[in-house]
Amino acid sequence: MRGTVEAVAFWVLAAAAVGAGVAVFVVDSMARATFALLASFLCVGGELLLIDLHYLGVLIVLMMIMEMLVMAVFMVMYMMNPAGLMPMTMLHNRRGALAISGGAFAALAAGVFTVPWPEREGRPPRDPTVALGEAIMGPKMLVMMVIGVAILATMIATVVLSAHRGRYDRDRDGGEAAR
Amino acid sequence: MTLEAFLLLAAALFCVGLFGALSQQSIVMLMMGLELMVNGIVVAAAAFWFWVSPGAADGQVLVLVAITVMALEMAMGFAVVTALFRARDVDTTDDAGDLRG
Repeated sequence: MRGTVEAVAFWVLAAAAVGAGVAVFVVDSMARATFALLASFLCVGGELLLIDLHYLGVLIVLMMIMEMLVMAVFMVMYMMNPAGLMPMTMLHNRRGALAISGGAFAALAAGVFTVPWPEREGRPPRDPTVALGEAIMGPKMLVMMVIGVAILATMIATVVLSAHRGRYDRDRDGGEAAR
Repeated sequence: MTLEAFLLLAAALFCVGLFGALSQQSIVMLMMGLELMVNGIVVAAAAFWFWVSPGAADGQVLVLVAITVMALEMAMGFAVVTALFRARDVDTTDDAGDLRG
């Protein structure tokens, strides 16, 4: 009974995740596209909850809510049509992109059903969150250290790039001065 | 629920994102496509952890890395868009072909 409920929940969430993902590139409002992407992330968070990854599932839900809200703000700042009042399309090479992505899906789907996947080794721990915590504070600590340095480098790089006197800005000044 | 079902979902999310990354003119929309692709990788990594090697935490660590990559990609993407927008008032890929050979 529990298995059936989980299977139904999986397929409903999967259809919603893919449907919302498609909606991102179909709706004619940038704000709606952002919230469609958020819906897709929330469904994936739900999928992770189904396979006992409670911490990572909730992490995705909380993190993506914040990330997509930030993205919505940037959308409103940059895009000409944040409210979706004027239908518009901003695509190039639509047919080529459809062919490549469709071909990639066909190849991946064929691989999913033809590759002999290995047998399951071991059983899920009683608390996967504890296992993850022990891994990243023990044998996988190098991964976490690299992630930490990458986050620091990103913080510095984003400030340098987007600061008023950034690379592009100085280049423009130089160009104007030369003229 | 099976490993194949989860991987099929991951492939679908990845390919929808690939379509967006290839077809969108707006850099911000292109970033949404990239985020969807990483989203597919998150699903695949979680499925591999659960159905292939649940005893080790490797799959969970990979999910953690993928989530971090999503956040870093968005931060760097917006920094680049901001730099471009300041310099030239553009936010489309077609107007940002500086590195084209």
